[in-house]
Amino acid sequence: MSELMDINVGDALPEREHSATNVSLFLYNAAVWNAHRIHYDESYTTEVEHHPGIVIDGPLQGDWMSQCALNWMEGQGELLSFNYSNRRAAYLGEVLTTGGTVVDIDADSAVVSVELFVKNEVGEVISPGGARLKILKLEP
Amino acid sequence: MQDLLTEEHRAWIGKAEPTGSVEISRRDIIKYAIATEQRQRKYLEGDEAPPMFIFNLFSTIREIENLRPDGLPRGSGQGPRLPLKRVMAGGTEIHQYQPIRPGDRLNGTQRITDMYEKQGSTGPLIFTVRTLAITNESGEPVLDEIQTAIAR
Repeated sequence: MSELMDINVGDALPEREHSATNVSLFLYNAAVWNAHRIHYDESYTTEVEHHPGIVIDGPLQGDWMSQCALNWMEGQGELLSFNYSNRRAAYLGEVLTTGGTVVDIDADSAVVSVELFVKNEVGEVISPGGARLKILKLEP
Repeated sequence: MQDLLTEEHRAWIGKAEPTGSVEISRRDIIKYAIATEQRQRKYLEGDEAPPMFIFNLFSTIREIENLRPDGLPRGSGQGPRLPLKRVMAGGTEIHQYQPIRPGDRLNGTQRITDMYEKQGSTGPLIFTVRTLAITNESGEPVLDEIQTAIAR
């Protein structure tokens, strides 16, 4: 993706697979200072909170989704706003895929709106989201 | 619909929690960037924080004896005690006005802006919406975060 004229409504953003591990979840929860045991204590998670496995953080999936838009911009735009919601939990071992679609282009303000998603392995959107991005003028 | 939220819970709506101040460190940005598998060098080298770096950035850091058995903090800094104890992150909306960089000193003011109940497929749910306004030392807006937590 480069200039605004190259972007069209309906364009797909590049998809990316994410496979969380015990190590990556430990690092993430340490970085955001979250000690909720459902992200690292399997017996607690299944026996006390009755999840089928270690829970992949919703905000981590949100970050992955934001990266889908930010990496598509390749540093040639800035994020104005971003939203997501977690509709269904995801568990350690699941391969999640982020992607998105251009849904609106405002040429006057150079603002592009995209819909974003996190899908699970069976193709269900478990976290929908969206972003508005301002395209920056490229230096000649 | 059960009425799980009392007047005491609803009294939290609109109440500002103490304003926190955070100094942004390059090392913390790098840790976050690695943990979230960022690809852009400006994030991996800590020159700029990814937008979602602000998640939990202003939450009160509790001593271990002030954490609940599930690992989450207890106490007034996180809002009222709810009758439902299993808390999940619901969703987030952010509005970014300028990037966050190492050395920034940021101020945050958080308010509970809404609390409501819904009936989920497995039982009642309580939604708590918190709005965090982040400004820099000059008082300029940096980022607003509107976050929903779901208790079930």
